[in-house]
Amino acid sequence: MATTANTRAGNDWLRNALPKLVLSPSFAMVVIFVYGFILFTFYLSFTDSRILPSYGLVGWENYAKLFKLRAWGIAIDNLLIFGSLYIIICCLLGLALAILLDQKIRAEGFIRTIYLYPMALSFIVTGTAWKWFLDPGIGLQAVMHSWGWESFAFEWIKDRDMAIYTIVIAAVWQTSGFVMAMFLAGLRGIDNEVLKAAQIDGASNWALYRRIVIPQLRPAFMSAFVVLAHMAIKSYDLIIALTGGGPGTATELPATFMYSYTFTRNQMGIGAASATIMLMSIAAIMVPYIWSELREKK
Amino acid sequence: MATNASSQVVRTGAGARFVIYTLLAIFCLYYLLPLYVMVVNSLKPLSEIQAGGMMSLPREWTVAPWQSAWATAQIGVAATGLKPYFVNSILMVVPAVAISTVLGALNGYVLTKWRFRGDTIIFGLLLFGCFIPFQMVLIPMARMLGLMGLAGTVPGLVFVHLVYGIGFSTLYFRNYYQQFPTELVRAAMIDGAGFFTIFRRIMLPSSGPIAVVCIIWQFTNIWNDFLFGASFSDFDSQPMTVALNNLVQSSTGVKEYNVHFAGAIMAALPTLLVYIVAGRYFVRGLMAGSVKG
Repeated sequence: MATTANTRAGNDWLRNALPKLVLSPSFAMVVIFVYGFILFTFYLSFTDSRILPSYGLVGWENYAKLFKLRAWGIAIDNLLIFGSLYIIICCLLGLALAILLDQKIRAEGFIRTIYLYPMALSFIVTGTAWKWFLDPGIGLQAVMHSWGWESFAFEWIKDRDMAIYTIVIAAVWQTSGFVMAMFLAGLRGIDNEVLKAAQIDGASNWALYRRIVIPQLRPAFMSAFVVLAHMAIKSYDLIIALTGGGPGTATELPATFMYSYTFTRNQMGIGAASATIMLMSIAAIMVPYIWSELREKK
Repeated sequence: MATNASSQVVRTGAGARFVIYTLLAIFCLYYLLPLYVMVVNSLKPLSEIQAGGMMSLPREWTVAPWQSAWATAQIGVAATGLKPYFVNSILMVVPAVAISTVLGALNGYVLTKWRFRGDTIIFGLLLFGCFIPFQMVLIPMARMLGLMGLAGTVPGLVFVHLVYGIGFSTLYFRNYYQQFPTELVRAAMIDGAGFFTIFRRIMLPSSGPIAVVCIIWQFTNIWNDFLFGASFSDFDSQPMTVALNNLVQSSTGVKEYNVHFAGAIMAALPTLLVYIVAGRYFVRGLMAGSVKG
């Protein structure tokens, strides 16, 4: 950028414009590659695109087809099962661990490190580890058999009805430590004076937590919910690595559905429609959240 | 604030403390279990795993699975091991992290110290871009990379990660610079210091901690990415995560679980190392990326 050889008037103009100039490449990238692309995909969802984008409009046909597809129905049901269990278990486990860790625990930092390290791993790594650990042929079941417990059976990952729960197991393992950290930060921000006063009034530990501490963790619950819900909707890598969407289509989620319909089944219009639905559901969660966070700051 | 444990109020007896420590220890085992499984089984011959010995220590220790995963295992069509893909990931991560961090710092500086009408909206737009499901941009991005001649290349992946990484790096620096005293910047302006001088002399010297947070976050995210890698790379430009998945999912021949575990550890090692060395910054990044907008 030329900043040296300018007239005084030019200097003033530059001085005013420079910050905006510096910001503009990033802004332009986001406008084109985020919002422009969103509009493009949204437009494609109303076209007859198959293997390549095509621009013949077909109205709502792709959406109508999408919601008649059994595979999409399965993906949505799976998302509801997976998402709600994932969010509920992560929150309960995270809260429990945070409360336990908040009791003047020796080696707290060390334990926290152990609880949180899965967050640093790729979902592909997590998926690989759990895939073989849950595999009946060599994993937990085989180990139990070799230890003499012959009747032990754990074949969820091969079972159409149960496979979706193995996704929950692996996903909870990966993220619950992070939720614990969020709750722990919330717990550390609570004013002790109120607790002391309640204790003098004779409240039990249980009552202290139920009546005073946990209600004050509302913001932490909100954040945890938003983060987990958005991760659930975007879940893709873990399914690919753990089950590949199978057995059959038993663990397909919207993200895997979109990918296979767009890139392997050459139904780009339907793929774009499914991506649009994913975006809408994330926007329904994120927009109010970002809005309120930005307003508070003013 | 951090010392404010509720425990200063809540008193627990010896029995209760025993229960608490036991529970905490059990959960340590739960979180460590997959890591244990990966490490132990990457160091034993395949036959021991097949015989139901996944939980036991190796009877015969061997590093052959590591050598195989690194240099000779079949990945897709080539028996190259994971090494070339590890290199791809490094070539992808380093420029993407560096550029997005620098841009994030400049953006954060503008958005807090050179405010203008509509800057909050711009920031909101940047921020929402972090959270969109990337399925929504896959189709046009594939075409765009083709038009730019970057389809199936590592620079193409760098570009994609840069574009979708800017939101987070801006978020970090903006929130950090917001706490930075604006009076100092004002005073420097009155003294005639320009935009970049102020950034270099006043903002940058105190940006160390947030730069570390940002770099760690971007490094972890980009290294661990799978979706972009799987969508926009060719056989010779695949990042580590995609190659690992190909290794594990390959349907030909005997499943070499020990090699898979060794490969998984290789893919995990860089981010794990960062976490162990700079865990505090990693957690800070996680929290800043979620709790505060």
